[in-house]
Amino acid sequence: MALLLKGGRLVDPSTGHDEVADMIVRDGRIVEIGEDLSIPKGITLECAEKIVVPGLVDLHTHLREPGREDKETVATGTRAAAHGGFTAVCAMPNTAPICDTGSKVRFLIERAEETGVVRVYPIGALTAGQKGEAIAEIGDMAEAGAVAFSDDGRGVQNAGMMRKVMDYARGFDTVVVSHCEDESLSAGGVVNEGVVSTRLGLAGWPAAAEEIAVARDIRIAELTGCRLHLAHLSTAGSVALVREAKAAGLPITAEVTPHHLLLDEDALDRSYNTNLKMNPPLRTAEDREALVEALLDGTIDCVATDHAPHARHEKELEFELAPFGTTGLETALSLMITHLIQPGRMEWADLVRAMAIAPRAAFSLPQVQFEPGAVADITIIDPEARVEVSQEWFASKSSNSAFLGATLLGKATDVLVEGRFALKNGKVVD
Amino acid sequence: MSALTSPHIMTMDDLTAEDITTILDMAESFKEVNERRIKKLPTLRGRTIVNLFLEPSTRTRMSFEIAAKRLSADGVNMTASASATVKGESLRDTAKTLSAMACDLIVVRHKYAGAPQVLAECMDAHVVNGGDGMNQHPTQALLDLFTMRQHTGRLEGLTVGIVGDISHSRVAGSLVPALNKVGAKPIIIAPPTLLPPRPDVYGAEVATSLDEVLPSLDIAYMLRIQMERAEGMPFPSIREYARFYGMNEARLTAARPEMLVMHPGPMNRGVEVTSAVADSPRAIVLDQVNAGVAVRMAVMYLLLGGDGGGASA
Repeated sequence: MALLLKGGRLVDPSTGHDEVADMIVRDGRIVEIGEDLSIPKGITLECAEKIVVPGLVDLHTHLREPGREDKETVATGTRAAAHGGFTAVCAMPNTAPICDTGSKVRFLIERAEETGVVRVYPIGALTAGQKGEAIAEIGDMAEAGAVAFSDDGRGVQNAGMMRKVMDYARGFDTVVVSHCEDESLSAGGVVNEGVVSTRLGLAGWPAAAEEIAVARDIRIAELTGCRLHLAHLSTAGSVALVREAKAAGLPITAEVTPHHLLLDEDALDRSYNTNLKMNPPLRTAEDREALVEALLDGTIDCVATDHAPHARHEKELEFELAPFGTTGLETALSLMITHLIQPGRMEWADLVRAMAIAPRAAFSLPQVQFEPGAVADITIIDPEARVEVSQEWFASKSSNSAFLGATLLGKATDVLVEGRFALKNGKVVD
Repeated sequence: MSALTSPHIMTMDDLTAEDITTILDMAESFKEVNERRIKKLPTLRGRTIVNLFLEPSTRTRMSFEIAAKRLSADGVNMTASASATVKGESLRDTAKTLSAMACDLIVVRHKYAGAPQVLAECMDAHVVNGGDGMNQHPTQALLDLFTMRQHTGRLEGLTVGIVGDISHSRVAGSLVPALNKVGAKPIIIAPPTLLPPRPDVYGAEVATSLDEVLPSLDIAYMLRIQMERAEGMPFPSIREYARFYGMNEARLTAARPEMLVMHPGPMNRGVEVTSAVADSPRAIVLDQVNAGVAVRMAVMYLLLGGDGGGASA
């Protein structure tokens, strides 16, 4: 079966593409790129006025299966991913039970094969049970298909333990993903420590609690030589530390979420809106601007969603009791287009770098390059489509989005995973 | 029709300076009622007031309860031990349940900040914050203003030193903005470990030495120190705290002769105040408690728009 993508603007900085052209996909691969192409039989997809890019990858997704299938499953989470333009997600291990052995990694891969519509790359736990006490079976998990290792949600509190796991992980040539939070400083904090914590009478989670962990893990990466990926950075101080570490040539990558790029603590005002409760918390306007600049200058490599679905009854609690997190898979691309591409702060090529190329590089996933022979993981974007973010609009099981009620410009209309439609004309394909 | 700007009193933001004056003036007349032999008015007859106390409290709850009774409202108490919350009912569902019972006004005390806002979203009743987490306790601030005005004859221009655990105190959370609204000058005085992360947000001057600012104070407002803390004590010892931040006779002598001492209660004698200070005529702690009933009557009356002319009815 052949597929002709007709007249779209192909953007792939890794191969230098940024022009209107046609692309032919056959048997899950890109077979030809050029002008005025035609196919004798098959499907032609009109892509005029659309942007055609290598499939987007989310490095930071909580699929909640197994254990909290009421919030999300592999089936619904991958549908949300397709709806948001992603061809692959990396699933965090903080499920119940924690994904910390090879058999649990295999379970997730099998579930993805049975029920998923986009690729799922498991991330294994760094320590057994994410308790921070003993190294998890990293070798077994890597062999089973885990692409990275993390105690996301908590972070390894003890520096000696972090050194040990990073030393060990290096032996399997894998990457360690750090959730940077020194709990002795953040303990009990639910919003950024500062103006808003004072005004709302809520316990604060200071920027220093993240920055101390970032500084620590950079030094441990230097000590061990293990590759380090810093998850969901939220402060200007963290950005400065990463900039310095990268200048020194250390093997470090970093991600930022759309909500930390586009919202700050002032959004909280007096509302106690629990959809704005996330970990790390929304920071100041200055932090937010530093994160945008860091993404634009490449200090921060990737945009990742930290898609954290929660049941409605859990989010409808008192602010201090509600769980941390916002969903993100379905709004990330539209948010980036609306707030960074449309105002001219970011080029399409930069967006492709941040959401497709750099994520694959960070976790050593196979790259999708626009050239014959490449796997056809492709996202097609209508940059002018309007999106009204409402509860009904989500394919995710949960709708705890920090952006509920927003009107956004630009969205994915079609998603191809190895040449098969996961999203077609805006609708998820089962 | 409520006589106040907002249908709820959740934080001091809900009240204008005029609202505060209205409440304090109304409380004056209720204070007079409280001195009668028959301390009861028919004004809120047939109205239902629920005290939803989801955190242990005796004094504040009793004060609200007495206020409701003296206005002839039907008062109902729902407390943490008896409440559905221990059975796992959410605050929203509790609110909707109470709303379905057609309650007119709900007083809420809760361990977590923002609980009054949750109630206001989920029910038709007026909401009065009886203390939410570390956030605010507006009726405490109102009764404090009432007591200050009663003793000094003014509020504008008063310099009030608030001493102690500012960062965890909902009393300070409401008192500082309340003082600013009426033109008084709050100074918060504490070791840095007990200051909020951004005291400037409060709009108060900050001092770490009580002795330095003591001579400028018209009122020393001593906050209660919480003796047990999971996260470790924010000062080395009770002895050291009392030495630097406690009100004792020597400080009373060093202060202006007319300086008064206030405390939201319950007092830790020997910590925030020595017994000699607590029992001196310059400590007006019991007047605060007395004012509490009148001020809460005024709040209930003004929110519910009782018929007739309040105390004169």
